Amino acid sequence: MSNMSGAEAIVESLKLEGVDVVFGLPGGYILPLYDALYDSGIRHVLIRHEQAAAHAADGYARATGRVGVCLATSGPGATNLVTGIATAYMDSVPMVAMTGQVPSQLLGTDGFQEADITGITIPVTKHNYLVRRAKDIPRVFREAFYIARTGRPGPVLIDLPKDVTVDDLDFEYPEICLPGYSPNLKVHALQIKRAAKALMEAERPVIYVGGGVKYSDGHKELVELAEKIKAPVTTTLMGVGCFPEDSPLSLGMLGMHGTRYANLAIQEADLILAVGARFDDRVTGKIASFAPQAKVIHVDVDPAEIGKNVRVDIPVVGDAKTALAELAKAVEPKVWSAWNELVAAWKRDHPLFYAKGGDSIKPQFVLETICKLCPEAVIVTEVGQNQMWAAQFFTHKDPKHFISSGGLGTMGYGFPAATGAKMGCPEKEVFDIAGDGSIQMNIQELATAVINDVAVKVIILNNGVLGMVRQLQDLFYEKRFTNTTLGRVPDFVKMAEAYGALGLRATRPSEVEGVLKEAIASDRPTVVDVVISPDEKVSPMVPAGASLSEILELEG
Amino acid sequence: MKHTIALIVENKPGVLVRIAGLFSRRGFNIDSLTVGATDNPDYSRMTITVEGDEVVLEQVTKQLNKLVNVIRVSELLPSESVERELAIIKVAARKEDRSEIMQIVSVFRAKIIDVSPRSMIVEVTGSEDKVEAMVRLLRQFGIKEMARTGKVSMVRGTKVVSA
Amino acid sequence: MLHTIAPIVENKPGVLVRTAGLFSKRGFNIESLTVGATDNPDRSRMTITVEGDEVVLEQVTKQLNKLVNVIRVSELLPSESVGRELAVIKVAARKEDRSEIMQIVSVIRAEVIDVSPRSMIVEMTGSEDKVEAMVRLLRQFGIKEKARTGKVSMARGATAVGP
Repeated sequence: MSNMSGAEAIVESLKLEGVDVVFGLPGGYILPLYDALYDSGIRHVLIRHEQAAAHAADGYARATGRVGVCLATSGPGATNLVTGIATAYMDSVPMVAMTGQVPSQLLGTDGFQEADITGITIPVTKHNYLVRRAKDIPRVFREAFYIARTGRPGPVLIDLPKDVTVDDLDFEYPEICLPGYSPNLKVHALQIKRAAKALMEAERPVIYVGGGVKYSDGHKELVELAEKIKAPVTTTLMGVGCFPEDSPLSLGMLGMHGTRYANLAIQEADLILAVGARFDDRVTGKIASFAPQAKVIHVDVDPAEIGKNVRVDIPVVGDAKTALAELAKAVEPKVWSAWNELVAAWKRDHPLFYAKGGDSIKPQFVLETICKLCPEAVIVTEVGQNQMWAAQFFTHKDPKHFISSGGLGTMGYGFPAATGAKMGCPEKEVFDIAGDGSIQMNIQELATAVINDVAVKVIILNNGVLGMVRQLQDLFYEKRFTNTTLGRVPDFVKMAEAYGALGLRATRPSEVEGVLKEAIASDRPTVVDVVISPDEKVSPMVPAGASLSEILELEG
Repeated sequence: MKHTIALIVENKPGVLVRIAGLFSRRGFNIDSLTVGATDNPDYSRMTITVEGDEVVLEQVTKQLNKLVNVIRVSELLPSESVERELAIIKVAARKEDRSEIMQIVSVFRAKIIDVSPRSMIVEVTGSEDKVEAMVRLLRQFGIKEMARTGKVSMVRGTKVVSA
Repeated sequence: MLHTIAPIVENKPGVLVRTAGLFSKRGFNIESLTVGATDNPDRSRMTITVEGDEVVLEQVTKQLNKLVNVIRVSELLPSESVGRELAVIKVAARKEDRSEIMQIVSVIRAEVIDVSPRSMIVEMTGSEDKVEAMVRLLRQFGIKEKARTGKVSMARGATAVGP
């Protein structure tokens, strides 16, 4: 036990949790904590807008598998974090967010820069705390990190009234005592047995994998199981990278912009093994006609997900990695079957494609070129068409190498998240695949990247429009393109230069490879403005609310 | 269908908001809710009655279980539990009505806990049906005010819902 | 000091979250809260007891009054009102203890509402103090489970908070 201030106790707690970097921006009521961070040895990255602090912590967490940490001052600092916290919540990202708060005696008085951030974030955090006494700090931090990273991970917010960070306490890091929280990681042996039996009996099995496999680090076990029983594997957007897409068993992504063959396989399957996935509406399409012939095995660490959207025949509550390992042990090897042949034929007949040739740069070609030049790259995306092309036309093989805002679909996520990812993995090449709309939502973070020497490569697929929304207008609103034209402002090359980053541009297909090579060779933040047509589309597409069988092939 | 859920929760600020929020987000109206002390000062017990679809309720129950401050959630089936509610009712009581009110009170084994020149306060406990029946009978005199606790419920026999 | 307030609110989803949120955002712990039906199906009546000084209470009352779904808020002073709580207690009841338990129950005008070979459920109403006293008396036998409604309260005499 030793005597220290609340702020010092926070720093001590962060160190005990192994935190080496935090993202934030100071303000009045969080100043005591900033003062304690000053010579703490913990790296603080000064971002330019608090939303980016949360996204950077999120990107750091997804790239490293560790808990991401961000902080902001009270009031607007805290509310600016909310989009980033909600993004992490929807995608189950382990995060601890700290916010300053008015001194305890001013709580509820609408004091300067006061916001009820615990009230605001109840629906978008796994848990949150308003700390009332300095002596509670060690316990709250211990619990917060534990809750954030265990079970189904998620963000935890800690609101810190100024006096609480100033008051003294005797520091002692307590044992965890959370009577209302006990994540169920063990899997039920009988359920595994039932699931294994169903897998053995199935003639047309499909394994459907989500982000849960990523967070439980279960990709090796997944490969082992799939190869042993020759089961085709499709992933959600969050699961991209969990199964190597160059495997003959890979079906790529399913759902709204999934591959035709993944969706066909789901609709024809007699058994679906869902692992760490939640049957989101973007995946299932019209729920009543989703996988009409299939029995469903659902493995999830969160019991509330099981039976939420679809009827489940064999529920398995527990850790995905453990469940996959147990299943791989429990099944007998199978041989390449007629089902595998059928799926292989679908893959041959309905590949992802785009019209090649012509004078304009194809965004799909840009992704393929990045993949060719840098197959081990970490691909972070914004949200919209850029995100879907990045999921579709890069051959993903590593679960921590594809980072995207899936659940909330947050434009402006990619660039700060890529910055965080690069800081977590400085040895890796990190790309932010962006659109000209998304990138402008957190463009100010170029300053953060330049000042901190974070050599993220931003590839702007610049169509001058809000492409995904425009695509919907094109298909479903009689081409009435209301408010989706951005007008190709600003000049991204000049803008990059104004921030002190490297700015490059490609306007013709022949320039793409050279410009990308130059970007990869660059050792500083680099923005590549790739000019593409506003009429490019993401294909194929299952219209919202339609069955997966009603997939459309679109031409750019 | 009506459901009764008993929860053991940590006795901390904000717990009620978290719980009530899960119901409101799904558009569930809470018919009644009680929070009271348990024999352990760290825990409170809530009884919540809601009207709603079974499947959705199951989902809400699972979400309740996920809240860090919630220790235990049990659905209590009416056929296996005792259910009680307390109501205090202020009824207009003109001189000429008093004896009839007293009669009703006695039939229901209720109690008069306050008398003033123009009103009486009646306390009644029992099942919701019993309270409803009493209210219906008193209505003819004029109900000026009524406060009901909402239902508490407990499984019959030795089985318990506790931390 | 402990305060009792009785808001009359619209019977709609989300009202409880809004109301409870006003307390939690200031870090107040609600000591007890009940929500129950009134004689008007569109309205519910809450009784909230909360610890805090006058200034704080006044502020909370004003904030409650600002909520669109809150119809009226009244503070009920203990000296001018009747307060009642209902408790249902499952007590361990070995054969040799039964008669003593029954005696206690009868002295404090409680009621036994369920009997099983090893336990009894006792129902009682009264002021919080009375309930506490009863609980103390029963504790020697072993309290297995306890559900309390929290207090409902009403001003004595003919004035009414609402229908």
